[in-house]
Amino acid sequence: MLNIMNEKKGISLFKTYRDKFERLKSGLSKTRSGFLSGLTKITGRGRIDEEFFEELEELLITADVGVHSASRIISGLREDAKKNKLKESKDVEQCLKERILSILNSQFPISNFQFPKDSPFVIMIIGVNGSGKTTTIGKLASKYKKEGKKVLLAAGDTFRAAAIEQLEIWGERSGCPVIKHQSGADPSAVIYDAIQSVKARGYDIMIADTAGRLHTKVNLMEEMKKIKRIMGRELPGAPHEILMVLDATTGQNAISQAKLFNEAVGITGIALTKLDGTAKGGVVINIIDELKIPVKLIGVGESIEDLREFEPEPFVEALFER
Amino acid sequence: MFENLSNKLETIFKRLRGYGRLNEDNIREALREVRIALLEADVNLNVVKEFIEKIRARAVGQDVMSSLTPGQQVIKIVYEELAAILGSTGSKIVFSARPPTIIMMAGLQGSGKTTTSAKLARMLLKDGQKPLLVAADVYRPAAIEQLNILGKELGIPVFNGNGTADPVEICRGALTDAKENGCRSIIVDTAGRLHIDEDMMRELKNIKGEIKPHEILLVADAMTGQDAVNLAKSFNEQLGIDGIVLTKMDGDARGGAALSIRSVTGKPIKFIGLGEKLDQLEPFYPDRAASRILGMGDVLSLIEKAQDSFNEDAAKKMQKKFREDSFSLADFREHLMQIKKLGPLDQILGMIPGVGKLKDKDVDESELVRIAAIIDSMTEKERNNHTIINGSRKKRIAKGSGTEVYEVNRLLKQFVQMKKMMKQFSKPGFMKRFGMPGNMLGAGRGMFPF
Ligand SMILES: Nc1nc2c(ncn2[C@@H]2O[C@H](COP(=O)(O)OP(=O)(O)OP(=O)(O)O)[C@@H](O)[C@H]2O)c(=O)[nH]1
Ligand SMILES: [Mg+2]
Repeated sequence: MLNIMNEKKGISLFKTYRDKFERLKSGLSKTRSGFLSGLTKITGRGRIDEEFFEELEELLITADVGVHSASRIISGLREDAKKNKLKESKDVEQCLKERILSILNSQFPISNFQFPKDSPFVIMIIGVNGSGKTTTIGKLASKYKKEGKKVLLAAGDTFRAAAIEQLEIWGERSGCPVIKHQSGADPSAVIYDAIQSVKARGYDIMIADTAGRLHTKVNLMEEMKKIKRIMGRELPGAPHEILMVLDATTGQNAISQAKLFNEAVGITGIALTKLDGTAKGGVVINIIDELKIPVKLIGVGESIEDLREFEPEPFVEALFER
Repeated sequence: MFENLSNKLETIFKRLRGYGRLNEDNIREALREVRIALLEADVNLNVVKEFIEKIRARAVGQDVMSSLTPGQQVIKIVYEELAAILGSTGSKIVFSARPPTIIMMAGLQGSGKTTTSAKLARMLLKDGQKPLLVAADVYRPAAIEQLNILGKELGIPVFNGNGTADPVEICRGALTDAKENGCRSIIVDTAGRLHIDEDMMRELKNIKGEIKPHEILLVADAMTGQDAVNLAKSFNEQLGIDGIVLTKMDGDARGGAALSIRSVTGKPIKFIGLGEKLDQLEPFYPDRAASRILGMGDVLSLIEKAQDSFNEDAAKKMQKKFREDSFSLADFREHLMQIKKLGPLDQILGMIPGVGKLKDKDVDESELVRIAAIIDSMTEKERNNHTIINGSRKKRIAKGSGTEVYEVNRLLKQFVQMKKMMKQFSKPGFMKRFGMPGNMLGAGRGMFPF
């Protein structure tokens, strides 16, 4: 739902969901098609007993939802089941899905990128090492380019070997120019130049790559804050989006990542990558719930078109697939 | 975020005072806490279940040692069992009797293979095993270039097949190249791939068939969650791995993936990655990893880190100051700056068992710079004797450092607290009270230079 898409929103919502789900699934299901979902397998048992709830809780834990959140969700579910006198396990299943959906939906409509009216749109991409930042930028750039936008990329990772070359290749693939300095240069200087270029040449969108950094490294977090400050100073209102790229394979440490990155620069959204693997990315439920940070995009592969908007429903479905 | 397991267990057993022997009933609640701690650390659920059963079997019927509380006794068992499962210390690369020794790296996307390849090459170079790096990741944009740059930085040759698109062919060429150039070791960096990607997994098998590596290392991210078992099992079953490298251990991940991977593969964790620099590859120590997974502080690592950053003389001087209570704000400032070099403050403090509590008390690492500014605004006299800092002095200091009086107050409070704590640390026998096994304590080294 990247703004541009909103214009085309005539199609029935249901169909959109279905399509998204099919695509997400086809991205996911290289070896797993044809299996019953974990949830269906369990709820196939019919009886609602203690063991049943325990199994549901374990299903959540193995999806990286986290032991505390899982137990909180399941105790809520127990109450629901009691209050509504649920007899059928498939009703409880539905109830569980709705519980999780309501958490995801609480931040969902906000997922749209908010394009400013009379200013170029600046996106800053941050995250720990190897999470998929540069690849996501390539995919995002290509998407906007195809939608007819004038996109500029900024090679703000001046630290990692060949990071600049990597972004340049994505620039070529997507047909977007890249502003770069030499390896080892001050990333803020690159960003400064890129913003000047955006202003002078009338770009619609600028996407800034940054070096991967662990959220616990004070000096690197300071460097990132500076990048953000420069953006805002040179273009009031920028950056309009600060996306944290999170590898779906990540466990509970993702919470610490989101917290510390959020404290440092304020995250406007998460891009959840590598959902084409067997990891579920359930930890984002916690992040959405506690930090009120929406997931906006998902990555489902390494190719340029493997980027999707996040949709709660297919995500929850996939969560329970085994 | 994670409450210290040992504190939790102490609370549980306080309610159960008077037990001389552990039994099913009195350890049930403790085991529940252990289960939660392990899950929070991202150990896979099934691995946790198995582990807990093992602990239960071992603990029931044990007499509580006179020197330990029941909580400490349980921790001791858990800790020992964890360390045992995690394996033996410092597994090394076994060099082939007929060089070159061929090492192949494999793993998911973004796990750190390329950086680890370079780090390993550096290590082998130091060991006199003249390495050749092989760039077999033809897929990720600029992956080959990345390895080229790292090789150049290290002065280690990189074989990249000059535009060859087939990784198997690149590897074949590399073998010849290594022999021609008298290399004693070969490290093959492969593209990151998903364990469920059949085509890509087949490619790895083909590379393996071509180069017949002596060692296949699975590179895995320390932040990996429950999926660690799936990927490790898959790579091991399809490829057969010989060891594991756990990367990004310099963050605050508890690293439960280590236990998951080790449990499902049975293969040793050989190295850990501790940073982006090429010298930041270290042997894996099961005892340290065990205490880290339990969230109980990584005392040994702390001591070693500290030893790296402080020279011994300075440390001794500092200890003396603690003991004699002559530690001043000037010393405090100097050491805050040293600590800053070590890493995030809360992480450092978290490495010390029992210090968990201090975390709530506003010790925020991003404040280090402000703290330094405050101390810089003090007069020499004030720095050497904090007790003379009265209200008007505080106002002046706040103004001079661009801070507020409450911040000056907070700093002084923290300083006094720290002084008190450090005085305790510097007493011999302090660590014993935590009932930790001797090898964790760096026995008698008492090196807490801040
Ligand atoms: N399967 C899969 N792989 C992905 C996805 N997104 C990124 N990758 C891969 O993950 C690896 C790391 O991606 P990068 O984009 O280089 O990650 P980064 O965050 O820029 O890395 P650093 O700049 O080194 O911190 C590459 O091999 C990508 O191809 C995804 O959605 N699915
Ligand atoms: Mg990058």
